[in-house]
Amino acid sequence: MIEAFEILFTASFWVAAIRIASPLIFATMGELICERAGVLNLGIEGIMVAGAFSGWFTVYMGGDLWTGVFVAAMTGAMFGLLHGFLTVPLGLSQHVTGIGVTLLATSLTYFTYRILLPEVTSPPKIEPFEPFAVPLLSDIPVLGPALFNQTPLTYLAYLTVAVVALVLYRTPVGVAVRAVGENPSAVEAQGISVTAIRIGAVMAGSALMAIGGAFLTMSAFNSFFFEMINGRGWIAIALVVFGSWRPGKALIGAILFAAFDAYQVRLQQITGGVIPYQIFLMMPFVLSIVALVVVARRATYPKALMIPYQKGER
Amino acid sequence: MDASRRPEAETVLRLSGITKRFGSLVANDAISLTLKRGEVVALLGENGAGKTTLMNILFGHYTADEGEIEAFGTPLPPGDPHAALAAGIGMVHQHFTLADQMTVLENIVLGTRPIWSLNLGKANARVRIRTLASDYGLEVDPDRMISDLSVGERQRVEILKALYREARILILDEPTAVLTPMETEALFATLKKLVAAGLSVIFISHKLGEVQSVADRVVVLRGGKLAGERVTDQATRRELAELMVGGQLPVNEVGPASPGEVLFELKNVSTRGLGGSALRNISMQLRGGEITGLAGISGNGQAALAALIAGTLEARDGDIVVHGQKASRWSPRAALANGLGRIPEDRHATGMIGDMSVAENVISEAYRSPRFSRLGFLDWKAAVRFADDIIKAYDVKCPSPEARVRLLSGGNMQKLILGRALDGDPDVILASQPTRGLDVGAVAYVHARLIEARDRGAAVLLISEDLDEIQVLSDRILVIHRGHLSEPSSRGELTVMELGELMAGHGIEEGASDAA
Repeated sequence: MIEAFEILFTASFWVAAIRIASPLIFATMGELICERAGVLNLGIEGIMVAGAFSGWFTVYMGGDLWTGVFVAAMTGAMFGLLHGFLTVPLGLSQHVTGIGVTLLATSLTYFTYRILLPEVTSPPKIEPFEPFAVPLLSDIPVLGPALFNQTPLTYLAYLTVAVVALVLYRTPVGVAVRAVGENPSAVEAQGISVTAIRIGAVMAGSALMAIGGAFLTMSAFNSFFFEMINGRGWIAIALVVFGSWRPGKALIGAILFAAFDAYQVRLQQITGGVIPYQIFLMMPFVLSIVALVVVARRATYPKALMIPYQKGER
Repeated sequence: MDASRRPEAETVLRLSGITKRFGSLVANDAISLTLKRGEVVALLGENGAGKTTLMNILFGHYTADEGEIEAFGTPLPPGDPHAALAAGIGMVHQHFTLADQMTVLENIVLGTRPIWSLNLGKANARVRIRTLASDYGLEVDPDRMISDLSVGERQRVEILKALYREARILILDEPTAVLTPMETEALFATLKKLVAAGLSVIFISHKLGEVQSVADRVVVLRGGKLAGERVTDQATRRELAELMVGGQLPVNEVGPASPGEVLFELKNVSTRGLGGSALRNISMQLRGGEITGLAGISGNGQAALAALIAGTLEARDGDIVVHGQKASRWSPRAALANGLGRIPEDRHATGMIGDMSVAENVISEAYRSPRFSRLGFLDWKAAVRFADDIIKAYDVKCPSPEARVRLLSGGNMQKLILGRALDGDPDVILASQPTRGLDVGAVAYVHARLIEARDRGAAVLLISEDLDEIQVLSDRILVIHRGHLSEPSSRGELTVMELGELMAGHGIEEGASDAA
């Protein structure tokens, strides 16, 4: 019992938690931007797969790590453009389109992988991002290494949250994104194109999702596997709701979920097979459902979420 | 306001030969209009006359099929709201274009700064908004959320939005439809200040009284065509009405009521909210042979009350008493079985099923009765016969009983609902917004049928946001505010302004249940 409690005070536990949280932070911010603009993006799971592959493959072909991140983001933005085009000007169902984008992006990625690397039996490795200890800050006990001895992509994740929050609440483009998710006709009446804002937001959000995927192949691991996204996209969708569509709260949600995930792995080791390990695997998901029930019932969601806007329609 | 009498006043806006077609419907047929500096022009017409379409073309929401628009001497490119804004045209839509979960300030600055600038310039914006607000009597706190504002305050934000962009021409689409009489007075005072400052206003309305008190000139539209144009001072109310309707205005004679027994009663009922206030410990009695009018601003509990009586919303507390007996379980079926005739607020959402036929719709409340079903199978012949009866008796214009309801006009759909609700002479009639969106002829028809039902002894509850309608029809008037009811007043007892005070909540007791 005491052992189970002590885990919470070990640096290695918190280091793992933040590492697990990083891709979720990117994905959650990406989904949050899309939904704030009124577009549900269920393409997230597939976009993360595509980002994980394209970033990793760029580096495998000899590209720089940051070039890989850029290529991943562009790949994501392209799938975002597809999702945006189908759901905004054409006004198709966001659910159906999103699932379609996920299936397309996933299958296209696996297909491309097989075409480009037909011979390999085990996936080739790359040199991933290395942890970088921020001087002084990383010396703080427990939290120091957790927050400040991570790879540069994790630092980019922190920065993303700050930028998303600043842009959404403090700049004209952010106000336009929020307004378009609340009442598109308010934006139209002020002479701004609803279509441009929505597609732009979906592309930007999808680029972040893809970077989230690339974190797995370029920072957490050093290779690309099938099924490696493993539902992280769906978790991000739940985290957006958990965070009541606010970047700060969504960040806390991502870290909480990741902490549960890191904790269950360590609990498995302590209990040593007395309890079936599937129970532990289930834990973060059960807890996230409980948290959703508690938190999300009071959440005020963007009013125009999932409602296509047709110009001139009354 | 005397700009119209000064012929030298500059023309700020000129619409010439505007034509707009939607399929085979000609919504605007070669309409021309001019507006001068410092002038209020009223655009008068019934629902469907083409007023809103014309203004949406002016503002660039629609593109006209023919015709040209010129603002301050330069042609306005069609179909471009941005160009209209840049030319100094501001529009206050009937349905507000505000984002609810954002502040007043954010809504106002939206689109006024270059989109990629790094800050919102909130401090400057706040000062400018405060100045504009105090200059024109549009007080509202820039930092409050839109969702916390009353309807009247939201309208002020809409006007501020236009003024903040330095609009010189302001278009107001049915601005008083959602206001209390006091708020309307305040709006008119604001308009006077605006024209005194050299702005020009187009005021869209179908209410003659308002048009006469606020406009310098009146342009009347009928059926998409220009029916006439008058200087307000030189036109009589009757003349304007006839231009608008294209004939005599139908008038219903409302004789004195002869109230009978209490047929339906609510005793200390509370509910949850339903798209507005919850009902809080309310009691009311509906007597046979009497029309009870329920006035109030939209969202104060009318929807909950209508749903409660119709049986679709459960009471949390209190009793429903029908014919002197307490109803143990009140449901839509119980309501119908107890002789309730229901005219729902939203014809399309809860009144009729658009994709089903006329016959299917008219039996939808009675399909289980032996009249329309035998051994669990529907008797279509009886249904079609019943539909035919209603079509004849209520003068519904529709191709056949098999036609889809969606194809009917609003007025004809309402007649069908009226026929269904009044079939079998119900004792209690619940009429929610029975004339919303109907033209004058259809309004008169609906009113006549409700008066007829009253005169044969039915208890009628009329829920309406139109104070004129309430005053004309009601023998007794109740006012609802935040889920509380006022004391009943009898016909003619209170003036419009006194009713307006009640609608704003002055003099309505916050119930004992709240204080406890």
